[in-house]
Amino acid sequence: MDNILIKIRNLTKIYKMGENEVRALDGINLDIEKGEFVSIVGQSGSGKTTLMNIIGCLDVKTSGEYFLNGIDTSKLSDNQLADLRCSEIGFVFQNFNLLQKMTALENVELPMIYKGVPTKERRQRAEMLLEMVGLKERMHHRPNELSGGQQQRVAIARALANNPHLILADEPTGNLDSKSGSEIMKIIKELNERGNTVVLITHDPNIAAQAKRIVRIKDGRILENEVVTP
Amino acid sequence: MRYVEALKIAIRSILSNKMRSFLTMLGIIIGVTAVIALVSIGQGSTRSVTSQIQSMGSNLIMVNVMGRGGESSLTYDQAIVLKDSNFIAAISPVISTSVTAMYGNNSVDNTTVNGVNGDYQSIRDIQVAAGRFILPMDDEGRNKVAVLGSNVARELFGFTDPIGKTIKLNGQNFTVVGILSQKGSSIAGSDDDSIFIPLKTMFYFAKNREIRQIYIEATSPDTVEFAKNEINSKLLTIFKGDANAFRIIDQSQILSTVNSVTATLSLLLGGIAGISLLVGGIGIMNIMLVSVIERTREIGIRKALGAKKKDILLQFIIESLTLSGLGGIVGIIVGYVLSMVLGSAMNINAKPSLSTVLISFSFSVIVGLFFGVYPANKAANLNPIEALRYE
Ligand SMILES: Nc1ncnc2c1ncn2[C@@H]1O[C@H](COP(=O)(O)OP(=O)(O)OP(=O)(O)O)[C@@H](O)[C@H]1O
Ligand SMILES: [Mg+2]
Repeated sequence: MDNILIKIRNLTKIYKMGENEVRALDGINLDIEKGEFVSIVGQSGSGKTTLMNIIGCLDVKTSGEYFLNGIDTSKLSDNQLADLRCSEIGFVFQNFNLLQKMTALENVELPMIYKGVPTKERRQRAEMLLEMVGLKERMHHRPNELSGGQQQRVAIARALANNPHLILADEPTGNLDSKSGSEIMKIIKELNERGNTVVLITHDPNIAAQAKRIVRIKDGRILENEVVTP
Repeated sequence: MRYVEALKIAIRSILSNKMRSFLTMLGIIIGVTAVIALVSIGQGSTRSVTSQIQSMGSNLIMVNVMGRGGESSLTYDQAIVLKDSNFIAAISPVISTSVTAMYGNNSVDNTTVNGVNGDYQSIRDIQVAAGRFILPMDDEGRNKVAVLGSNVARELFGFTDPIGKTIKLNGQNFTVVGILSQKGSSIAGSDDDSIFIPLKTMFYFAKNREIRQIYIEATSPDTVEFAKNEINSKLLTIFKGDANAFRIIDQSQILSTVNSVTATLSLLLGGIAGISLLVGGIGIMNIMLVSVIERTREIGIRKALGAKKKDILLQFIIESLTLSGLGGIVGIIVGYVLSMVLGSAMNINAKPSLSTVLISFSFSVIVGLFFGVYPANKAANLNPIEALRYE
């Protein structure tokens, strides 16, 4: 059991819209081990983002259980959840979600500010991470001076800032052309090879196939768990 | 997150929208400037009025007789016996009338002539520029001598030396024996436009011996109250117990009346200025609310990256504190300059006091805090998912 990072049991998420109920997640059971590379695929509206938000402690479930690294997340306070997001989880979004008024370097420093990393150390680590994603030369550029692929690389560097166990990527290549997309996928695969657990959401079967396991989800339920044979 | 980081974010956000930040601060700047300038000018004029009144002398007692029935005044003897007291150093009854004064072809109409005795100079602390004031011997001898206020002297004589010259008051000859120093107008009144002659000379000159006004000097500021009580009981006897027949006023009474008026005025001015500070605070709140909405997505991103509620709260509160604090500092500078300029124009010392500066600055910061809390709280309580989805 020690090896299990994510343990989800009978998880549901229901959105109430007046009289109507939307069962975005409907009895999900899922285990993800440390170091795994899992992709979650499914049609639009099937509940992928909802699931990722709950795994990422951004959203709370309606019922069921979710253990992250053995910790029952329903017992955590707002502040403790924020701490988890800060140190244990790195988000990569489809639309990058960089702060437009800050340089690439400052964007990467941001999670470290909230963790309380001293200025000098913060700066060094941010530079190192940007160099790792190949943006050493663009460190002091703002997001609107960077291409989509470059912005997503900044976002990946930012996700790695506090060296989290878990990388959550929601359609990270969705807004990119195929060349930039495959560059991003290359970086993500490298991260997994270095030991990060990666959960990747995608529409694209080719991208999903690059993961070691594919979880198919439909109408808030898991259809199948398929291990990709390399 | 440390305060330094929150301050950096605040400054960055203020700088990224310079015009808007300036307009927001303008409310606070105007408020603080108004508070400092109005309070300082209020305090400055209070100080100048106070010192004018104090210059009347703290031993001064004035008696005005309104009379009762047929007895509308005191006789000279009734007035002068008030001096038989351990608490009274000097006393001068005064009779005033209005005359036309002439020297050669120059004349001044409607000039006040005061008949006073030799004590009057020390009671009113009168400064003589040339010659001398009325002496007791002038009074005893009913001498036809006159002491001129500085304006009267200038109008009658121009550049000629008036001492020893003969002037005509309503056609009667008087010898000029002294000129008073220029006093300038003041709340305590000015003798610049008056002429003084001996009191007993006045009896014949004006054909009037009715004493309605008496100036008295107590032996010391501490005996003023005793002297007043004594005068009061003597006058009550004369006027058969009618306390409305006369009025006894001393300098401290005038001072406290004037002070209570000016204190109320200062408070009123400060209050009005304070309201403009409050309006400035509402301006801050307004802009902060807009800012929170504009930055909804930023807040969502920060939360996703691990910002706690209190980090977001701090960020926005420090932003509004920075706005109000900067506005306060600029307001202090502008208010200081304005007070000095207006003060010198009004010929008073309106240098803002340290407490005025500190209080108005703290008030501006408190306003920033007060009006910043609501928007900051709104930001801190945003749901991260909804904030991230916000376009
Ligand atoms: N805040 C919300 N309020 C109400 N319903 C919601 C909300 N968020 C999501 N839903 C509903 O939950 C379901 C799952 O949404 P989700 O965003 O997880 O889908 P998805 O699989 O990520 O889709 P896509 O591939 O288009 O991103 C959808 O039917 C959606 O309409
Ligand atoms: Mg989605």
